[in-house]
Amino acid sequence: MAPAAPMGRGGSRAAPAAAAPPWHVLPDEVWEHAFSFLPADSDRGAAAAACRSWLRAERRSRRRLAVANCYAASPQDAVDRFPAVRAVEVKGKPHFADFGLVPPAWGAAAAPWVAAAADGWPLLEEISFKRMVVTDDCLEMIAASFRNFQVLRLVSCEGFSTAGLAAIAAGCRNLRELDLQENEIEDCSIHWLSLFPESFTSLVTLNFSCLEGDVNITVLERLVTRCHNLKTLKLNNAIPLDKLANLLRKAPQIVELGTGRFSADYHPDLFSKLEAAFAGCKSLRRLSGAWDAVPEYLPAFYCVCDGLTSLNLSYTTVRGPELIKFISRCKKLQLLWVMDLIEDRGLAVVASSCNKLQELRVFPSAPFDAAEQVSLTERGLVDVSASCPMLESVLYFCRRMTNEALITIAKNRPNFTCFRLCIIEPHTPDYTTHQPLDAGFSAIVESCKGLRRLSVSGLLTDIVFKSIGAHADRLEMLSIAFAGNSDLGLHYILSGCKSLKKLEIRDCPFGDKPLLANAAKLETMRSLWMSTCSLTLGACRQLARKMPRLSVEVMNDPRRRCPLDSLTDESPVETLYVYRTIAGPRFDTPACVQIV
Amino acid sequence: MSPPLEPHDYIGLSAAAAPPTPTSSSSSSSSPAPRLTLRLGLPGSESPDRDRDCCEDVAAALSLGPLPAAPKAAAASAGVSAKRAFPDPAQRPGAAAKASDDKQQASPAAPPAAKAQVVGWPPVRNYRKNTLAASASKSKAPAEEAASGGGGPMYVKVSMDGAPYLRKVDIKMYSSYEDLSMALEKMFSCFITGQSGLHKSSSKDRLTNGSKVDALKDQEYVLTYEDKDADWMLVGDLPWDYFTSICRKLKIMRRSDAVGIAPRTIEQTGEIGAALSFLSH
Repeated sequence: MAPAAPMGRGGSRAAPAAAAPPWHVLPDEVWEHAFSFLPADSDRGAAAAACRSWLRAERRSRRRLAVANCYAASPQDAVDRFPAVRAVEVKGKPHFADFGLVPPAWGAAAAPWVAAAADGWPLLEEISFKRMVVTDDCLEMIAASFRNFQVLRLVSCEGFSTAGLAAIAAGCRNLRELDLQENEIEDCSIHWLSLFPESFTSLVTLNFSCLEGDVNITVLERLVTRCHNLKTLKLNNAIPLDKLANLLRKAPQIVELGTGRFSADYHPDLFSKLEAAFAGCKSLRRLSGAWDAVPEYLPAFYCVCDGLTSLNLSYTTVRGPELIKFISRCKKLQLLWVMDLIEDRGLAVVASSCNKLQELRVFPSAPFDAAEQVSLTERGLVDVSASCPMLESVLYFCRRMTNEALITIAKNRPNFTCFRLCIIEPHTPDYTTHQPLDAGFSAIVESCKGLRRLSVSGLLTDIVFKSIGAHADRLEMLSIAFAGNSDLGLHYILSGCKSLKKLEIRDCPFGDKPLLANAAKLETMRSLWMSTCSLTLGACRQLARKMPRLSVEVMNDPRRRCPLDSLTDESPVETLYVYRTIAGPRFDTPACVQIV
Repeated sequence: MSPPLEPHDYIGLSAAAAPPTPTSSSSSSSSPAPRLTLRLGLPGSESPDRDRDCCEDVAAALSLGPLPAAPKAAAASAGVSAKRAFPDPAQRPGAAAKASDDKQQASPAAPPAAKAQVVGWPPVRNYRKNTLAASASKSKAPAEEAASGGGGPMYVKVSMDGAPYLRKVDIKMYSSYEDLSMALEKMFSCFITGQSGLHKSSSKDRLTNGSKVDALKDQEYVLTYEDKDADWMLVGDLPWDYFTSICRKLKIMRRSDAVGIAPRTIEQTGEIGAALSFLSH
């Protein structure tokens, strides 16, 4: 019989000869090889669900594992199911932890994961932790447990110090990447950089931009010199400008650079030194850092502008003409992160110069100061969306918006995959018509059929949620704040949005009814966050009873215990965090969090 | 499929509906169904009904979002109010039931300056907030210096051990630690028995040699400052511009008294390093 097995993209068809074995008895190695061509974990998961032999083959050959919620499964579950993992990524706290809405000591400890990995995955090469509590002990255990450890990536983590970094430097002989992004790292004044041995040359990525405190520049220079494969170097704020020039001369092969402190009084000879150093960096494609950049030095970068594909100036407080001149020279830019100091006129220049732009993020320079106004409005976003045909991801902080602008943007750019608009003042309506922005956001979801991530803001009623529920079929993550006017809003979302995985809501008038009516939906999602809504404890209890495979966490004031038993069903719930899990309730909650 | 949800006034907004008995949002059938309006007030609070179109006022008022229906437990309501970090004195943390006269809604006439911040809004990451705050204070200082000594003067008290009175200096008048120490020397010369200049350093010196260490050893006095966290630190670690923005007070301590504030080695710099060395001796 001629097998026409769906073996995944790139899998080969077995020869259509009568002598060939039926496809379902082919040895595991064949399936493992076939599955290696499946690009997405979800595809592998789907294959594993087909039959037992595929399950066996798939799980045994899985090399990369991403655990999007550290409490969805226990570390031991993960190790048992996928014994051959070489790279693991684990994410902990909910997204709103970034904005201070999650109580301290909420959880997300990395230690159980490191311990289980040390035991079950001795060949582990890569670890990524995001929004987790990583201690120095964890880092020491990592350094001691995996003889071929190569990549450590910590994003938005906390709980460790330079002592932990010292353990990594000293212990990981084959380290290729040390990538520290936006972590809170305690500075114990330990010279961790010096602990990379002289024989150590394998570093490809070194990012310590979030480290406060000094590093020994001489040691850094020696490290950079001997690591000939160094491609990414992101310095922290303690590295002054003249040292940057020296480092660049020692690593002209770098592809990605995060500059250190870029402010200094203008000296022509320092400028020439920098310019010459940059001229030598022919492979430089991605640039970030430039804190406190002094405009007079920006032209030193001009020689690399032609090749730049990624520019992160979101910590640069340079304004006006110098900034615009600089960006306009970067014609190949695909990613631009910038402060709203660029203003509409700057974005108009970006629109005309940077046609290859795929991702734009505009951050607020003075988010808490209503008096300090920059001239960044809906105009800038309209211009960019009109002129950049490949634009698909936007994060935009502004103070005013109109429905008409959003409708225009939607028409121009149906290819958005990520659209996050934050109008800084809650409940802000269309400033010309004073209407809610329902029509604008509805246009976005109707037009952008591939939209995967959406954040809405401004004055919004239930109407917009009806549109989102009905049209946003591919939407995976939705963030809502200060929007809606009744339970209907939430009901529309939960009963629609076929692909919804993460829903986070704050300060909306959504109550118990839609939550209970759509309880089953929650099991198809990764997580739901609702804070400062209209929920009661009774509904949470009911939800927990109805859906045993959901973990229903209730959080109230962090300074108080959460004595749930004494509270009645009518008690309001300040924060609800619900997620599906196969691991049962966790036991590491602080006093202000309780699992219902 | 559950029965269709009707839009209902979840908060019980009409002035008449001030239910002393707790109502959950699901049992809305008893409450009247007024026109839907965006309101921030508590059930029964007496602010005028707003047209949904006049949302400018709502926007101007502090938006905390709607509050849940009247709770019974004091702890829960205290939890709700305390969490918001809302300085409005009208917020009564001990309130049990939200009585009809409890006005928590910010009045529309309140000027924007009186607006308190909502926790976690706008959604700017803590890391970004902290980084921008640090660079803002750093950049404001040199910017003000550059504007020909403009921006207001920054007077800080200077005390000296053993001196009968304090002095005040405008630290913005000086452009480096050297300048400051010379000026202080002159100011306090009547009390000092001839010593070499106080602390001077630059980042280069700190990194490349230990001359700073030697200088301190020779002196009879050390210059310390109190920063915004009310910690006493040794002067000289930070870049000058940043120092001027965070220095609150200066103190010239006798070397023998400054045992806790020991000279640092080259690598130990930065506030955290200084604080730790302060404690470890």
